[in-house]
Amino acid sequence: MTPTEDGTRTIQVDTLARVEGEGALYLRIEQGQLADLAFRIFEPPRFFEAFLRGRHMGEAPDITARICGICPVAYQMSAVHAIEQACGVALGPELRALRRLLYCGEWIESHGLHVYMLHAPDFLGYAGAVEMARDHRGLVELGLKLKKAGNDIVTLLGGREIHPINVRLGGFYRIPETARFAELCEQLKWAREAAETTVRTVADFDFPDFEQDYEFVALSHPDEYPMNEGRIVSSRGLDIDVTQWPDWFEEEHVERSNALHCRRRDGGHYMVGPLARYALNHARLGERARAAAAAAGLEPVCRNPFRSIIVRAVEMVEACDEAIRILEDFTPPEQPFVEVPARAGTGHAATEAPRGLLYHRYVIDDEGLIQEAQIVPPTSQNQGQIEDDLRAFVAPRLALDDDTLQWQCEQSIRNYDPCISCATHFLRLDVERT
Amino acid sequence: MNAASDADTLPKLAVWKFASCDGCQLSLLDCEDDLLTVAGRVHIALFPEATRAVSEGPYQLSLVEGSITTEHDRQRIQEIRAQSEFLVTIGACATAGGIQALKNFADVDEFIRQVYAHPEYISSLADSTAIADHVPVDFELRGCPINKHQLLEVISAYLGRRRPLVSPEAVCLECKRAGTVCVMVAHGTPCLGPITHAGCGALCPRYDRGCFGCYGPKDLPNPASLAGWLGSELGVRSDELRRLLRNFNANADAFRQESLRHDPD
Repeated sequence: MTPTEDGTRTIQVDTLARVEGEGALYLRIEQGQLADLAFRIFEPPRFFEAFLRGRHMGEAPDITARICGICPVAYQMSAVHAIEQACGVALGPELRALRRLLYCGEWIESHGLHVYMLHAPDFLGYAGAVEMARDHRGLVELGLKLKKAGNDIVTLLGGREIHPINVRLGGFYRIPETARFAELCEQLKWAREAAETTVRTVADFDFPDFEQDYEFVALSHPDEYPMNEGRIVSSRGLDIDVTQWPDWFEEEHVERSNALHCRRRDGGHYMVGPLARYALNHARLGERARAAAAAAGLEPVCRNPFRSIIVRAVEMVEACDEAIRILEDFTPPEQPFVEVPARAGTGHAATEAPRGLLYHRYVIDDEGLIQEAQIVPPTSQNQGQIEDDLRAFVAPRLALDDDTLQWQCEQSIRNYDPCISCATHFLRLDVERT
Repeated sequence: MNAASDADTLPKLAVWKFASCDGCQLSLLDCEDDLLTVAGRVHIALFPEATRAVSEGPYQLSLVEGSITTEHDRQRIQEIRAQSEFLVTIGACATAGGIQALKNFADVDEFIRQVYAHPEYISSLADSTAIADHVPVDFELRGCPINKHQLLEVISAYLGRRRPLVSPEAVCLECKRAGTVCVMVAHGTPCLGPITHAGCGALCPRYDRGCFGCYGPKDLPNPASLAGWLGSELGVRSDELRRLLRNFNANADAFRQESLRHDPD
């Protein structure tokens, strides 16, 4: 806090909290100017892409789920879609609807966790949700109950909330008991109202005046707010089939990080996640979500990453609404799954994890053994943009005292709900001032 | 009691992370109905996934997630043990090395080259090992992921100064008690239930699939007998047996030994 004799100021925080995984931020400030900034990922590498080689394609949804305890469904969905594409198999509407329902559950659970437990404490000035509950018990209880509604969907369809066991190539091992659908539907009607309340609550938070000219990248689907399917589009005119991801994007390995950074091959960093999905798919939102957004003063395109908390709340309204619709219209499929016969080839898929686009590619042989796997999580894709945001955000705020600056930088990273477990995981913050 | 005096009198809980997916510590936050009750009975002194507040050790109860895969982590676990009264591992990574222990069966340099363009930037030990391979552990909670009700039981048991009621029996026993039809007998589906530690509630057979060993080996398992039976009665090939045993608990002794018997010569 107090400058040393030569003007050096150093802040060190060993653990950046309320993110999933282990990362660090390094800031060096010389003579009042930002000299260096790096968002690092220290999470020890776990080598999923290497040990998927030689595994049977049917094991991919169970193995890739273990990349992330927060969004295992996203990994399962990208894996099954990519492998089904390689094998030339498409699912009927009933199974497709069930997969979408499962994904709705994960969005509600993951967004509920982030909005209430990880992000809201920043805006209200608490170290975490447990501390926040001392003064705002009702708020935290509402958040936990909302999150539980999402987890209850995942548990009903998937068997358990973390690393569900019921997802397989071609569909599900077993169709869930429809007897419980009516009860779940009632619970989700409560959750939809709770999500609408959440939109109003978080819209009243104070937001820093900060906007960036992002290139947003997300899936886009003609008929629905995107989850499992769609084309990859961007706010700068990109519109490609999912199979073309490698032609347009690349991963680079930088020294400071155990995660690979992504960029557009012909351009720079970009943003995936709720802000991108919302900006590119506003017209696909259902009436209730759109009404909630409008009432909260959220424009169809939002470029302030701190306001992503409102967008997550809007997406919870949408996910509850969609889950209710699926449950009410549900027709059981004839079979819980369609056969996926192995054939040699390459399959690609991208789905919308709660944190953004999740791309998988598999090369399969004719016995169904995986020859090659590529997995590009949303946090890898956002990593460059997170650094760009920090540079732009910090520059005019260097006069802030160290504690305030540090907290605001952490908040700026948490805007992205980074899942560092996914991107490889210890967020540590070092600020050095000379 | 106000917050300040709570912090002085309640036992300090710390949640630590090593190589893992974060799912087991998330199980604590997934105790939606009970989280605030737990938070009233212990002082959450260190839990980076949930709070930026940190209280100094020593800690009465440390929950450790994740496996040891780097030199830095090998030293860190020693420091954590030194400041923990009770140390409980949560999940398959901390208890058996996790899915990342698949590298123990491979050439780790080759793995690094497959994933990273600049292998020289990566620092990783040749193997992924359980916490108990490095320091004494007071209790191991199994599962990939752990069962959140068992986690609450472990915390309650600590507070009550008693042993946790967590049975080391086989998944088969949970399955029978649930009245689930045996998937091996009725459908010929390979299942690790006879040798796998209970705790999940025999979930997979309830969903018409065989157990794939998320909770690791049960107490006194006989994997050679099961493997022989799966081969002779269900026609499961050696490569399939090897893959079935090499998942999230691949480095647990009983599973490792048996899977090695099915390696090609």
